[in-house]
Amino acid sequence: MDKPKGHIDYNDKVISIKGLKKSFGDQHVLRGVDLDLYQGENLVVLGRSGMGKSVLIKIIVGLLNADSGKVLVLGKEVTTISSQGLQDLRLDIGFSFQNSALYDSMTVRKNLEFPLVRNQKNISGAEIDKAVESVLDAVGLSQTINQMPSELSGGQRKRIGIARTLILQPKIMLYDEPTAGLDPITCIEINDLINEVQERYKTSSIIITHDMTCAKHTGDRIAILLDGQFQRQGSFDEVFDTDDVRVKPFYDYNFIQ
Amino acid sequence: MDTPEKLTTIAPQRQNSFGHSLNDFFLSIYRIYLFLARFFKEVFLPPYEWNEVVKQCYQVGVRSFTLITVTGFIVGVIFTKQSRPSLAEFGATSWLPGLVSIAIMRALAPLVTALIAAGKVGSSIGAELGSMRVTEQIDAMEVSGTKPFKYLVCTRIIATTITIPLLATYVGFIAILGGFLNVNQGEGTSFSTYMQQVFEPLSFIDFEASLAKAVCFGFTIGVVSCYQGFYADKGTEGVGKAANASVVTAMFLVFIEEVIIVQIAGWFR
Repeated sequence: MDKPKGHIDYNDKVISIKGLKKSFGDQHVLRGVDLDLYQGENLVVLGRSGMGKSVLIKIIVGLLNADSGKVLVLGKEVTTISSQGLQDLRLDIGFSFQNSALYDSMTVRKNLEFPLVRNQKNISGAEIDKAVESVLDAVGLSQTINQMPSELSGGQRKRIGIARTLILQPKIMLYDEPTAGLDPITCIEINDLINEVQERYKTSSIIITHDMTCAKHTGDRIAILLDGQFQRQGSFDEVFDTDDVRVKPFYDYNFIQ
Repeated sequence: MDTPEKLTTIAPQRQNSFGHSLNDFFLSIYRIYLFLARFFKEVFLPPYEWNEVVKQCYQVGVRSFTLITVTGFIVGVIFTKQSRPSLAEFGATSWLPGLVSIAIMRALAPLVTALIAAGKVGSSIGAELGSMRVTEQIDAMEVSGTKPFKYLVCTRIIATTITIPLLATYVGFIAILGGFLNVNQGEGTSFSTYMQQVFEPLSFIDFEASLAKAVCFGFTIGVVSCYQGFYADKGTEGVGKAANASVVTAMFLVFIEEVIIVQIAGWFR
């Protein structure tokens, strides 16, 4: 059964991508991608490894430059935006990295404080403490506040990585392989967390994954990236109601084998 | 302006190995030029990262302090000991303090400090930034609204440029003290006489040239190690390469600069 979609505002596109192309040398990764993300929606992007899923979200957040095409994020064109404009825009985008990318030399508290202290110069110590406690509570890891990243498990690192992005209260969340390398129970916990973040912080999200359970559990809409373009988009059931040999193996491998 | 990140996506036409090497060489020069241009552009623009600069100065100083103290002292002792027989042939051992001070202040102090710093601090910065690049920590900083180049690179380059001249001055005095130990044992010279003989042959230009060298060495070590680390290749191999290249390239450039600055200082003497 598909997720209820009453919370999605289909009149408000927070991300709109048209004709996006990106190549690395003679390897054409994205070949004219069109994609819209609506306010409050969780969009899952599925695709084989090396198909450009992570490249897509890195272009959205300005870590990579597009070769051509338009990428509108919260009404701002990322491909032509100024350096300062991009920096401001990034404050509205949370990016959860595949390997969490926690700062090794800082405790969990310092990791969470870092984006806040860097971007809100006049914030008081009490306000910082409150924000840190709030996001740690949201990810259910209040007890880890003084631990170093090396002392955390893979699942805990993912959660702290998500907490670090939430502390700036972003409007958009980009998750790069949120369940990669985790055991099934931790995967379910991360999937639940993604849905909780969507409800609690009213975020719109793009979730890059291979994990069909994650896709089914978190996705309001699924988009399958094949040969540099989105070949199928729709609800989980709609997308996999097909005989397309490029799409069926995703479902078959996860739910039949 | 192109950024080094953009240039990594350029795929050179590999027609032959010589052409490829030449292409890579000029590409590297261009990338370093862009790196330096970016440094000078960002370092003077607010916000200024003073706290991080102080922290990095402390790190650079602490990382090298013990090794530099021991090495500086040994250099002073050994240099004095090895120079004595040659001077003794002419009955000129009373010139030892002057010889030691000229050699140490003009050349050995900044050079020894730079070589130790290149090995100790350069490799550490290269590996640290390389590791942050590989584990996407630099990307994480970038997407959370922080300018990692300013926060990580500019602060470390400023720190090495400030701290290495201070360490070089310290090494100079420690080495002179090492020389005293040997001269005192060999000739029975008192400390006050030794110090008088040490400073007699030195001119202000010697201190200036020594300081200028140390500033150049510090800047070079900072730039090279930050460049190698900040643009490290993906993968754990990239971290090792960044640390190694930081040390080798910085040491090579330090020797080149030593030759150039000695020539320039010679014109002013």
